[in-house]
Amino acid sequence: MKLKEFTKGIIRQNPVLVLVIGLCPTLAITTRVENAIGMAAALAFVLISSNLLISAMRNFIPREVRIPAYIVVIASFVTTIEFIIHGSSPAIYQQLGIFLPLITVNCIVLGRAEAFASKRPMKDTLLDTAGMSVGFAVIIFAISAIREFFGTGHIVIFGQEVVPKILASPAGGMILPAGAFLTMGALLAILKRLKVL
Amino acid sequence: MAENLIGIVISAVLINNIVLTKFLGLCSFFGISTKLRNSMMMGLAVIFVMVCSSILTWIIYYSVLVPCGVQYLRIVVFILVIAAFVQLVEMIINKYLPDIYTAFGIYLPLITVNCTILAVALINVDVEAYSFIGSTVNALATGFGYLLAILIMAGIRTRIDLYEQPESLRGMPIAFIIAAILALAFQGFSGMGG
Repeated sequence: MKLKEFTKGIIRQNPVLVLVIGLCPTLAITTRVENAIGMAAALAFVLISSNLLISAMRNFIPREVRIPAYIVVIASFVTTIEFIIHGSSPAIYQQLGIFLPLITVNCIVLGRAEAFASKRPMKDTLLDTAGMSVGFAVIIFAISAIREFFGTGHIVIFGQEVVPKILASPAGGMILPAGAFLTMGALLAILKRLKVL
Repeated sequence: MAENLIGIVISAVLINNIVLTKFLGLCSFFGISTKLRNSMMMGLAVIFVMVCSSILTWIIYYSVLVPCGVQYLRIVVFILVIAAFVQLVEMIINKYLPDIYTAFGIYLPLITVNCTILAVALINVDVEAYSFIGSTVNALATGFGYLLAILIMAGIRTRIDLYEQPESLRGMPIAFIIAAILALAFQGFSGMGG
């Protein structure tokens, strides 16, 4: 029965599709599948670890200063992941650019801290944030796959050509900012039409 | 002063518009742009906080973090400065300007987690390494870019609500498609100034 804390983040309360939060990285870094994987991993790390800590401290943080306290916790974990990614894969660090430090102000992290982790025990928080991370990962993976495929004609992940070049003349516009908005709008409309949301 | 201030302004408002080209502040861009008045208020509040916080963070970065060699703490320090500043402004306005507080009140706390503010603070010291004047001008121009984008968006959305739309496009999907067309329009500026 606890499983629904996990599964609700994937479709029914998907952070990007239903709550429409955490849009900046969703649209900005989804030009390539590779970046989306890096972003999803970084966000999952920050979301899960910071919310676990907030949940553990929920009885010690005074209500009046809770937001600054949460932000400090989140910013510390973001600094940690920044070091890790910078050290382990400089290429992805370059690609994510300013969006890596900006996980600090990602509405998903603070939103879950405020709405869930600050009231629930650590076990529920772990399930909730893991579900949200999966929900976020699925969406940015889908959007980046659509954009990379139509924008460049093929999908390359870490040097491996996963989807071969099928399109002879790719639509470069899908890589541009307009393509991101268009993909997101079309995705929302299709899901709404199919009554998934 | 090697910086070209006019270049910074044109770049921040049009070529690299923070919302439509750099994808920042999207949550508030889509969340608030349903009404023109609210968008105006939010835009003005963003300009104010952005300019003040970029001045504060620039001074702190170069007078505290750099001499101590702890630039990696910038994220934690900047977000704390911004949060504290927003809280302070909220209290001052609440005490001395209650009229403005009722108009701006709910938008101020939202600004703390508006990623444009932290982004501009980081761009000023990290990505572009602007001088003090350059940073301030950049913050002001970026704020205007945000105001411009959200006003255009709100104007279009209030009109489009009056027309018949396919059921599955109503609400958010159409907003994203409008944003796509706007982003294409702003793409036209990309050749300017090189």
